[in-house]
Amino acid sequence: MKAVEKTAVLTSGTVPKESLEILQKYKGGKGALIPALQELQANFGYLPEPVLEEVAKHLNLPLSKVYGVATFYAQFHLSPRGLYVIRLCTGTACHVRGSGAIMQKIRSELGLKPGETTADGRFTLEPVACLGACGQAPVMMVNDDTHGRLTPEMALSVLESYK
Amino acid sequence: MSQVTLTIDGKEVTVEAGTTVLEAARKAAIDIPVLCYHPELRPEGACRICVVEIEGARNLPASCVTPVAPGMVVRTNTPAVREARRTNLELLLANHPQDCFTCERNNNCELQALARDLGIKKVEVKGVRRDLPLDKSGFSLVRDPNKCVLCGRCVRVCSEVQGVSVLDYADRGFEAMVYPPLKRPLDQVACVNCGQCATVCPVGAITERSDVDRVWEALADDKNHVVIQVAPAVRVSIGEELGMPPGSITTGKLVAALRRLGFHKVFDTDFTADLTIMEEGHELLERLENGGVLPMFTSCSPGWIKFIEHYHPDMLAHLSSCKSPQQMFGALAKTYYASKAGYSARDIFVVSIMPCTAKKFEAARPEMNSSGVADVDVVLTTRELGKMIREAGINFAALPEEAFDEPLGISTGAGVIFGASGGVAEAALRTIYEVVTGEELKELDFTAVRGLKGIKEAAVTLKGRTIRIAVTHGLKNADNLLKKIKAGEADYDFVEIMCCPGGCIGGGGQPIPVDREIREKRMSAIYAVDRGMELRKSHLNPAVQELYKTFLEKPLGSKSHELLHTHYQERSRV
Repeated sequence: MKAVEKTAVLTSGTVPKESLEILQKYKGGKGALIPALQELQANFGYLPEPVLEEVAKHLNLPLSKVYGVATFYAQFHLSPRGLYVIRLCTGTACHVRGSGAIMQKIRSELGLKPGETTADGRFTLEPVACLGACGQAPVMMVNDDTHGRLTPEMALSVLESYK
Repeated sequence: MSQVTLTIDGKEVTVEAGTTVLEAARKAAIDIPVLCYHPELRPEGACRICVVEIEGARNLPASCVTPVAPGMVVRTNTPAVREARRTNLELLLANHPQDCFTCERNNNCELQALARDLGIKKVEVKGVRRDLPLDKSGFSLVRDPNKCVLCGRCVRVCSEVQGVSVLDYADRGFEAMVYPPLKRPLDQVACVNCGQCATVCPVGAITERSDVDRVWEALADDKNHVVIQVAPAVRVSIGEELGMPPGSITTGKLVAALRRLGFHKVFDTDFTADLTIMEEGHELLERLENGGVLPMFTSCSPGWIKFIEHYHPDMLAHLSSCKSPQQMFGALAKTYYASKAGYSARDIFVVSIMPCTAKKFEAARPEMNSSGVADVDVVLTTRELGKMIREAGINFAALPEEAFDEPLGISTGAGVIFGASGGVAEAALRTIYEVVTGEELKELDFTAVRGLKGIKEAAVTLKGRTIRIAVTHGLKNADNLLKKIKAGEADYDFVEIMCCPGGCIGGGGQPIPVDREIREKRMSAIYAVDRGMELRKSHLNPAVQELYKTFLEKPLGSKSHELLHTHYQERSRV
């Protein structure tokens, strides 16, 4: 099941059976919270509130603690994410090689502010400080694929290939 | 334990290994300033106000989390230390709303006191002020995140002392703030309204919901007959709130002050505490005789009630069905007293003065309307009453001693000890013993159930049957005891449980600050009041006897069930 479809399931406020199955593995284990959150997020694309409540129950942790951890780490997301996450580098090297213009182009083309997801659930725009690929600047990632030496137009055609 | 000798400000100090530099300094009469440190909570080292110089250390360590070491040389008062403390404090102040004169905690604020003590003259840094919404969702507490200094004391007391953990940090960096889970409002989470967070908050970020204005309005309205009840623990703490030493017994002055504030009748929750003993004592005997659910748990403490409803709903059948003394009072004031005095329930406005924030929630429970309307109209904490007395310009210390009004102001020593952990159990024993054996109880002091120990036990043999009693206070202790009972590791007939450490004398509505020493003083004051009472057994209270004769007929009778007993509901854990 793709993340977009799962998002639709989760908006009903019910807890999907899969999350309970995942949590069975982590029950009672020490240091289980972060791995459990990671696996749940990998499965659903984000961490919906009903799932966090189940995490608290299964791991016998206060919900405030679970929520605190989930909101502390940048890797966790509490709202639905797009099927494709665009990580556009805004670091120094990319900046001097024109990542600002790419950002502008993507923002206006997709109608997104940084951190937002398109209404159709396809793209999430996420500026990052450095991708560690400065030699390819300006660079962006779409999910796990890296695209370098971009121009604004090239960036758009890259996104086009994910539609 | 091995001893460690170190030097603090040129003085040799010997303390146990494992002691922190902060505690060692206090033993040497050096008061290092603190903000996030609290003597009863695990140190966190978050605020960095308590920094000191330690020879050989690269930076200025926080003394609250630095253990002593042999030969350590500590300096607590050097230009570098004073400068660092001032800078750290200035940074906190830069983010803090500087509206002290309209703050609930004005003149009783640790941040304000630090600014004075550390000699802050001007806050140079322009900090970011956020405009976060206040959480006024609950009946008991208000959170103002804008005032929060992120010391984490509320987070720690909620988890370490109460085991409830409805407060924790969320988000990160500049966004970090203390919130209930999922940033839900307090009335939608498993908070028990105990208010211990408010008593440890150094600033005004968590306070009781103020209901003072509603009381002023009620007093100003000629249509109302305004009666007031005062909880046992308030008579040994209102003096403290008004500047007298902790443990001051001010029963008579309190009554006088309430008359001067304009209350038409000044009654005493101790009266219904005595009544609780009659009902709860007979309920226990009935359960013992007829194979009812045991152990029976006391039901006076509304924080404890909400706790068991959220966290151990499978044990609700253990709870006594008795309402708390506050709610018994409200129900009787608007029925028994109303008809005696020629009023209808709607004419009477019942105000309670409680050491408690959870009582505000209890009074608002929809089932607490046996008289046809809300049995208790407004609950004020000890602190709120202090505000009213100050606002009215009453010179509390100079007041004469006055007596409570009759009949709902007549009480015994057994009623007053409800204010301290162990008091309900002791009061129940004084009565049950005489009811069961028919003999006079000569030794009234059941010292085994007194004091601040987390779990206290006693056993009494009555006509061949041993009644095993446990007493606990603080919800973490209660939680542990309940788990033991469920696991079959502990077996009792009667368990007294109070939500707050020390019982009501340590309640969330009591004067701030509070610590173990202050709790002990308030507690001894409670037992001193008991010793000074003419009558010390609930069943000997003539007003209670009269109430049964002319109105209720007998304990656990149909009228009692209608007015004095209640039911509980399962609530969600998250």
